[in-house]
Amino acid sequence: MEFMQPGAFKKNANRAMADRDLRSAMAMLNAGMIPNRQGAVDRLPEFEQLSRRGRELKDHVLVYLDFYLERFERNCEASGGHVHWCATPEDARRAVLKICQSVDAKSVTKGKSMIAEEIHLNTFLEQHDIEPVETDLGEYIIQLAEEPPSHIIGPAIHKTKDQVSDLFLKHHAVLGRTERQTDPQKMVNEAREILRQKYFDADVGITGANYLIAETGSSIIVTNEGNGDLTQTLPKIHIVVASLEKVVPTLEDATTFLRILARSATGQEFSAYTTVSTGARRDDDVDGPGEYHVILLDNGRSAMLGSEVQDMLRCIRCGACMNHCPVYQSIGGHSYGTVYVGPMGAVLSPALLGVAEIKHLPCASTLCGRCEEVCPVSIPLPRLLRQWRQRAFEAGVVPNVERWALSVWAFFAKRPWLYGLGARLAMRGLAYLGRKEGRMRKLWFAGGWTQGRDLPAPEGETFQARWRKQQRKKVMG
Amino acid sequence: MSTGSDRDNILGAIRQSLGRPALTADAQKGLDEHIATHRSNLVPARGQGGHEALVQRFQEMAVAAACTVVVVADEAAVPGAVADYLRGNNLPTQVILAPDDWLTGLNWDGQSLLETKTGAAGIDDLVSVTPAFAGVAETGTLVALSGPKHPTTLNFVPDNHVVALRASQVVGAYEEVWARLREANQISGKEGGGFTMPRNINMITGPSRTADIALTIELGAHGPRNLHIVLIDD
Repeated sequence: MEFMQPGAFKKNANRAMADRDLRSAMAMLNAGMIPNRQGAVDRLPEFEQLSRRGRELKDHVLVYLDFYLERFERNCEASGGHVHWCATPEDARRAVLKICQSVDAKSVTKGKSMIAEEIHLNTFLEQHDIEPVETDLGEYIIQLAEEPPSHIIGPAIHKTKDQVSDLFLKHHAVLGRTERQTDPQKMVNEAREILRQKYFDADVGITGANYLIAETGSSIIVTNEGNGDLTQTLPKIHIVVASLEKVVPTLEDATTFLRILARSATGQEFSAYTTVSTGARRDDDVDGPGEYHVILLDNGRSAMLGSEVQDMLRCIRCGACMNHCPVYQSIGGHSYGTVYVGPMGAVLSPALLGVAEIKHLPCASTLCGRCEEVCPVSIPLPRLLRQWRQRAFEAGVVPNVERWALSVWAFFAKRPWLYGLGARLAMRGLAYLGRKEGRMRKLWFAGGWTQGRDLPAPEGETFQARWRKQQRKKVMG
Repeated sequence: MSTGSDRDNILGAIRQSLGRPALTADAQKGLDEHIATHRSNLVPARGQGGHEALVQRFQEMAVAAACTVVVVADEAAVPGAVADYLRGNNLPTQVILAPDDWLTGLNWDGQSLLETKTGAAGIDDLVSVTPAFAGVAETGTLVALSGPKHPTTLNFVPDNHVVALRASQVVGAYEEVWARLREANQISGKEGGGFTMPRNINMITGPSRTADIALTIELGAHGPRNLHIVLIDD
């Protein structure tokens, strides 16, 4: 698919910046999500402390990950669930398929799951004649549009209301809905009515998991729409797809994360539905699935442990980092060309796919530090991005022009007198070139940079000369 | 496919990255104790306080989450309050009740307007009435445990969900729910205080909602459009 080309990052980003619809959609994100989160954080005086405890808990679990996964498995199976260990996306897809085929499944409803996106489950199910039905409204919209998600919690956040109106008309007309709806409430209703029967018809329901609880062998999902609950309650089988690092020790420990998750993600006090699921329906229950399966996906996580990017495994997938990222806000999620986007995606994707595949992503950041500031589990995203940049350089996947420019810079940087001389000469040269207007409209070798702005002509002395003068003054004073 | 060796390979890879073998029995014991004591982490101040203040906070937070709340003097007033709510909001009067002894034992026949039945919810059921296991003050959250008498579908399928909650069931923080759950579902005679989990614990905070169309919040995405709480002042 055109969207999923991480190598085309620069092209994608340029196209995204010229896309008016995308810019108007992203402006809403900026106006809504940032103040919402801040409000929720301000209303809970203990937020910082809870955050710190969350970070400690995640670090604790990672150090004993094998133990907690074994306890999870034992308790899940003791309550009638089944655990499937899957090293690769292919293993996970096969495991899901085998379960679906055991009941001759024709239709599968799905709650929102980034792991299902990571393993590209929908395409695989379709290839095996099983219809995957996305039920989260955002996921449903992008399924109709045949696009990947552009945000980890708001997958269709890049779509304007008008675009959704068109999309619904195009796909719902054959179902007798020939009127183009423009009122969001009516649009939500239309999707609700169309999906309703699908919940009851599905043979298997697939959800993700925000947490797995070692103590009880349970999975937890946090949603607002209620689709995840209909998805896991009505079909014969409930499959949970989750990655290894989702495990937490106890219900109490999960609670600490629940208090920071919704506040960081949407600025809600609590999401509408937090659901703990344990095993299949009990013998005398009158509803619920007959089987409960948990797919435990590794896909590179075990290799991240003990490495310099281990901190990334603390991520609770709240999306605050992308909501606050100036680069993400400008180019949207699709430009990244990966399943995970924004700052967390730029750090996680190279770990999952290899740095050679996506060398541009760690550079898709100004390292301004907003992401780390709002991260509820204090992942040092800028530092991790710099580490990937270094790895990319070492691996020789950085383009020659950049390598050449860096080595020229390094040559001067290692020779301070030459650097100072060069800076003085360059400054005078630039000052001369811009003498008429006090600025330059065009720069050789940096035409792209001056396309949208002018470079002010330098005045007076170089920074270093000024700095030296000031230091001398201080000493004298 | 998932086999025993997949499991061992993944656990082996984890241990290799961590640079240590599987934990010793002693080390495991320490961590098992962490699980067995399941100590609470920090509980925010808003989840603590006198019972009356907590009930008040529960109501405020539930209303802030777009619930409607009515307080009645005793449980005998519940069927009337349900009828009033449905009539007042022009909602259907065919009601499906959770097959819960306490709830079905109330005088529903006295409400000539209502047509009641019990069971799990089907696609055509538009109003459900259920009890709850607890209400949590810190966020106005209702907690329901699934079981033969408390089908999960009643919480999600109907357009309108009415919950009858006794004020004595209101607690301050989520941790108190876990404590009550462990107490209520104690496995008798099991050493170490084992307990059973229901298939579902549903924590419900307001009606269903979405912001997936242009970040505009709309209620009633897939679950109930309306969540009404009848709070019994016991």
